[in-house]
Amino acid sequence: MTQASVAENRQSSWWHQNQQQITPWLFLAPGILFFLFYVIFPIFQSFNLSLYEWDGLGKAEYVGLYNYEELYWDEAFYTSLKNNVVWLVLYLLAIPAGLFIALFLNQTVTGIRLYKSLFFFPFVISQVVVGLVFTWFYDPTFGIINVLLGSVGLPPINVLGDENWVTVGIIVAGLWPQTAYCMILYLTGLNAVDPEQIEAGRLDGAKSWRMLWYIIVPQLRPATFIAFVVTIIGALRSFDLISVMTNGGPFGASRVLSFYMFEVALSEYGFRMGYGAAIAVVLFLIMLAFIAYFLWSMYKEERAR
Amino acid sequence: MRSMFKTSAAAFAILASTMGAVSAEGLTGELKIFLDTSNPAPRATMERMIEQFQAKNPDLTVETTVIDREAYKTQIRNFLTANAPDVATWYAANRMRPYVEAGLFEDVSDLWAEPAIADNLASTKGAMTIDGKQWGVPYTYYQWGVYYRKDIFDELGLSEPTTWEEEKANCQKIIDAGKKCYTIGTKFLWTAGGWFDYLNMRTNGFDFHMDLLTGNASWQSDEVRKTFANWRELIDMGAFIDNHQTYSWQEALPFMVKGDAAAYLMGNFAVAPLRDAGLSDDQLDFYQFVEITPGVEKAEDAPTDTFHIPSNAQNKEAAREFLRFVASPDVQTEINNGKNLGQLPVNAQSSVDDDKFLVEGFEMLSSNSPGGVAQFFDRDAPAEMAKVAMEGLQEFMVKPDNLDKILARLDRARERIYK
Repeated sequence: MTQASVAENRQSSWWHQNQQQITPWLFLAPGILFFLFYVIFPIFQSFNLSLYEWDGLGKAEYVGLYNYEELYWDEAFYTSLKNNVVWLVLYLLAIPAGLFIALFLNQTVTGIRLYKSLFFFPFVISQVVVGLVFTWFYDPTFGIINVLLGSVGLPPINVLGDENWVTVGIIVAGLWPQTAYCMILYLTGLNAVDPEQIEAGRLDGAKSWRMLWYIIVPQLRPATFIAFVVTIIGALRSFDLISVMTNGGPFGASRVLSFYMFEVALSEYGFRMGYGAAIAVVLFLIMLAFIAYFLWSMYKEERAR
Repeated sequence: MRSMFKTSAAAFAILASTMGAVSAEGLTGELKIFLDTSNPAPRATMERMIEQFQAKNPDLTVETTVIDREAYKTQIRNFLTANAPDVATWYAANRMRPYVEAGLFEDVSDLWAEPAIADNLASTKGAMTIDGKQWGVPYTYYQWGVYYRKDIFDELGLSEPTTWEEEKANCQKIIDAGKKCYTIGTKFLWTAGGWFDYLNMRTNGFDFHMDLLTGNASWQSDEVRKTFANWRELIDMGAFIDNHQTYSWQEALPFMVKGDAAAYLMGNFAVAPLRDAGLSDDQLDFYQFVEITPGVEKAEDAPTDTFHIPSNAQNKEAAREFLRFVASPDVQTEINNGKNLGQLPVNAQSSVDDDKFLVEGFEMLSSNSPGGVAQFFDRDAPAEMAKVAMEGLQEFMVKPDNLDKILARLDRARERIYK
C-alpha cells in the first residue's frame, strides 16, 4: 500500500516537474502532426516527383533533372514567370490604395458603417464573381470600358484579348477585393493610433503629408506588415481570376506559374505530373524567399521587444 | 461421405450450369455506370435508356452517377484507378490512349467479334482500335460542317459554295455587305482546331492530316505551310469576327443569331442553341466544307462518344451486356433522335431521325466522305500536342505574322511528345 503510493508519487512528480514543458507540446501535437503530414511531407513529395516523368496513370520513369532542363527551354514558363513578377509588383498597389480608403473612411459621420461595409463588400464576394463582373466590363463589344472609351473618342481595346494588356486587366480585377482587405487591416490599425502623438505633431506644425508619413504611417507598421504578407501571398496564389477570366489565354499570355502548373499536370490536356511538380518547386522557392524574409523580420521584431 | 461430397459437387455443377444459362437472360448484382452527359437533355436521354436496361434486367441493381462533363475529363483519371465503375463514358481514338496504355480500359475485342457489333459498327472500328484490339463501343457521333444563315445568303444572292474560289467569293460579298463571314470563339482553343482540321484535310488530304497529328509529319513542311496560307487568305480578308479570342463557342453564337456573321464551322450540337435563340429551319442551313485542292478526297470530322469497361470493374458480365444493349440498333435509333441527343447513330441498322441537319449529315458521312472520318483535332492528336498546337492556332488567327515562330515551336513540341 505504501509502496504503491510512493511509486504513484514518483510518477506524478515526474509529470509534475515537466508539466510546464510538456503541456504546450501536447496541445500542439495534433496541429504539428497535420502540418507535417499535409504540408511538409507533400513538399518533399513534389521535390521527388519533379525528378520523374509520370502521366498520373502508368509507371513513373526517373529522368533526373530533365524536367528542369525542359523548363529552361520553355517559353511558356518564362511568360508565366514574367507575369508572376508583374502580379507581385502591381498587386502591392492594394496597400497604398487600402490605406487611403481607410483614412478616408476613418471619420464619424452618419452611416459610416454602411459605407465601410460597402467598401469591404468586394472582399466578401467570391473571386469567381469578381472575375465574371470584370470580364463583362472588359467585353470588347458591349463592355462598359469600351463604351466609356468610345464616348471620349478613343478606339476600343480588347483588354482580355490583347497579350500586352491581359495580365494588367486581370490584376485590376484582383485589386478590387485586395484593396478592401488592406483597407480593413488599416481601419483596425487606425483605431490604435495614439491621439496624443497626433496632437503633439500638430503642435510642432506637421500637416497633411508630413503628418501622414512621419506620425501615422509609422504607427501603422504592424498593419502594413500584415497587409504586405497577405498581398504577396495573394499575388503568388492568383489562380481563380485567371481561370475564370481568360483560362490562361490569349495563347497563354496571361498564365502565371500556379496556373501553368495546373495546366500541364491536372487540366483536361495535362498529363505531365513531373513537369508540373518541377514548376511547383520553382514557385515554392520563390515563395520561400518571401516567407524567409517575413519570418526573419518577425523574429527581429520579437527580439527588439 | 465421399459419395455424398461427389453428389453434392455434381448438384452444384448442374446448378451452376443452369445459373450460367439463366444469367445470360437475367443478370444479377450491381452495375455502376458513370456518365459525363451532364447537360439536361442528354442526361434525361441516358437516364431513360438506363431505365429500359434496368427493366430488361430486373435482378440487376443499376446505379448511375452523372458527372459534370468538364469535371469528368479530369476525374476519370482518379476513378479509373481508385474506385472504378463498371461502365464509363469517354471518347474514341487517341483520347482513350492514355487509359488503354495504362491498362485501365478492358479489352472488349470479344464483343467486336460478335456479328451484331462487327457488322453494324464497322465504320467506327478503326477509331475504337489501339494495338489491334477494341476498347469500347460507340453510342453516338455527329457531323461537323458549315452552318449558315440561309436568309442572309438569299438576300445577298449567294448559293452554297463547293470550291475554295466560290467560298472566298461568297465571303467577299458578305464582307462588302458589312458583315463577317464566320463567327468563332477561340477562348477555349478547340474551335480553332476544327478550322485547322478542315483546311488541312482539304488542302493535303486525310492521310497527311493523320500523319501530322500522330507525329509522322513536320509542322514546318510545305504542306502545312500551304494550309496556313489558305487560312491566311480568309484572315486577311477579315472573314472572322474580331476579338474571337475572348469568346467561348457559345458566346460566339449571338453574332450569327443577330446576323452580324453569316456562318459557323461547328459540330451539329450548335444547331440546338441556334434554334433556341429563335432561328427557324428556313433561316438556318448546312453545307459540307468546300473542296480546296482539287482531287483530294473529302474527309470529315465526326467525333464519336463511347462507352468503356474499366479494367477494375466488378461486374464485367453485366457491363458487357450493357455495351451490347447500347450498341443495338433500336437503342441507338432511340437515343439519337431529335427529341433526345439529336445526333447520328453509329449502328448501320439504326434509322436517322428526319431532322434536316441529321439527314444531311448522315448522307454526307455515309456517301460523301471517301477520304475517311477523323475524330477531331484534340482527339486524334495526343493531349499534350493538341494543347500546344491549338494554342498556336489561336495565336495564328490573331497574329498571322507569327507563323514561323509558331511552327518552329510546334515542331519542337513534336520532337518531345512523340519520342
